[in-house]
Amino acid sequence: MKMGLPQKIWIYFLLIVTSAFVFFPVLYAFMISFMTGPEIIQGKFFPESLSFENYSKVFSRLPLLNYLLNSFIVSVSVMLGQLVVCSLAAYAFVFLKFKGRDFIFFLFISTMMIPWEATMIPNVFTIRKLDWFNTYQGLTLPFFALAFGTFLLRQHFLTIPKELHEASQIAGLSRFRFFWRVVLPVSKTSLVTLGAYGFLTTWNMYLWPLLITTNKSVRTVQIGLKQLQSQEIATEWGVVMAGVIVVIIPTLLLLFIGQKQLQKGLSQGALK
Amino acid sequence: MTRPSTMTMWRKTVDGRTAALYLLPSIILFSVFVFYPMFRTIYLSFFLTDQTGNAAIMVGFENFVYLLGSSEFQNSMKATGLFVLYTVPITIVLALFFALLANEKLKGIGFFRTMYSSTMGISVAASSVIWLFMFNPSIGMFNRLLGVLSLPQIQWLLDPEWALLSVSISTIWMNIGFSFLILLGGLQNIDEHLYESSRIDGAGYFYRLRRITLPMLSPTLFFIITISLINAFQTFGQIDILTKGGPSQSTNLIVYSIYREAFINYQFGTASAQAVILFLIILIVTILQFKLGERKVHYQ
Repeated sequence: MKMGLPQKIWIYFLLIVTSAFVFFPVLYAFMISFMTGPEIIQGKFFPESLSFENYSKVFSRLPLLNYLLNSFIVSVSVMLGQLVVCSLAAYAFVFLKFKGRDFIFFLFISTMMIPWEATMIPNVFTIRKLDWFNTYQGLTLPFFALAFGTFLLRQHFLTIPKELHEASQIAGLSRFRFFWRVVLPVSKTSLVTLGAYGFLTTWNMYLWPLLITTNKSVRTVQIGLKQLQSQEIATEWGVVMAGVIVVIIPTLLLLFIGQKQLQKGLSQGALK
Repeated sequence: MTRPSTMTMWRKTVDGRTAALYLLPSIILFSVFVFYPMFRTIYLSFFLTDQTGNAAIMVGFENFVYLLGSSEFQNSMKATGLFVLYTVPITIVLALFFALLANEKLKGIGFFRTMYSSTMGISVAASSVIWLFMFNPSIGMFNRLLGVLSLPQIQWLLDPEWALLSVSISTIWMNIGFSFLILLGGLQNIDEHLYESSRIDGAGYFYRLRRITLPMLSPTLFFIITISLINAFQTFGQIDILTKGGPSQSTNLIVYSIYREAFINYQFGTASAQAVILFLIILIVTILQFKLGERKVHYQ
């Protein structure tokens, strides 16, 4: 696309102003996280010195390292669980012919119309019956099956020629070998997209961990933030913001690295 | 005679058996954590429950009658409706504007794309804490700004007139990243050749936007509108951190109301009835979107 210089300058101007607006709250939180109490009350934007005191304080007041580790374990488990469960289901929908396929496909679609919040009450009871309060399996297992993930992978699997499947069967390759050796490797991009999406959404999950963690043993960072916020609120905003920055760094990094991939993958999965 | 036929039968159904095996994890998990609790919620909505959530007394539609008559629930529905109205259109218009800007092929455009999508990487809890600070009446940024402009101060989250609006502003910001990413993806899927042929005719930017870009983007727009609507009805985290449903219940959105009714008041029957209403709303939104979408959307 060719455009004139005035037009270019105009677009750059809009880009800079609007993106600065969007990113401002994060930058602001970052600045606050280095400030002392008096500096914050004076309403400064730049901290006087780059002191990490707030960061050391937040780690000493809250078992933040423990929470970070919990969030990491939970997010990676859900990510791997979703990849396994969704890719198995997507394979069945694409490569296997069986009775009731349309019906089961419809069942998968219907799960997308049931909001998670509408089912949370009995789910909490189920977790209680299983005695899974404050356990990793209670935090992760309910999220392994995901209709959206199954559809995303199904779209990619559909691009693999059916002849390849037939040929591999004639060559005596078992279905699982075909799945493992052919289907998964050629679908790497979709798997990465789904993996990043699963990690991101799980890391940021709030309501479910709030409901089923009652102590710090498996509590995640998001609930840690709520705790921090309600403890420190009146006095030390710098410490609270240091906590915020620590919590958002892993997902921001993941997003910065995988932005392109995520955007391509999600919009494809959304459409076809 | 029988052996070969059973053999072929066995072989013919091998796909079916393999499929059952591959689908089993999904089916079990969906049954336990989606379908069973959905039916259980509907069941519980017809009962009064004890403290542990067991159905105690069957009351028929009494819970629903009670809810529809209670000013608290009416208020919660009104707040939810307003919240959807405040957040969804503005988020999508802003995200579309940013996506159109970020779709230009310019030097350093990758940097701007990262900035716009950044809010997707920030959790609801973290965003809410940041906004809680910015809304702070004495040391927050917004009131300082008003002070500089010598305008009257606003009690953002504490004033029943302003609280829902304040929560909406922060929610728009939280949701921009995801909508932007999806819309940018949609824009990049549009075939370049369409523009080339129109440029020969000397068509201007806004003419191209109206006649090519928006029609070609309509499936993506349709998708993001549906998702945003559903998400808005499911809002919880920012309410819990910013306002706890207050002041005077002006931000008591439906999911927060369900949460409070169930896990603070232990009224699982009426909470379930609210959950059923939430389910019905989302069902209607989805069906409406599909009905409208079929007619209006231009598919490639």
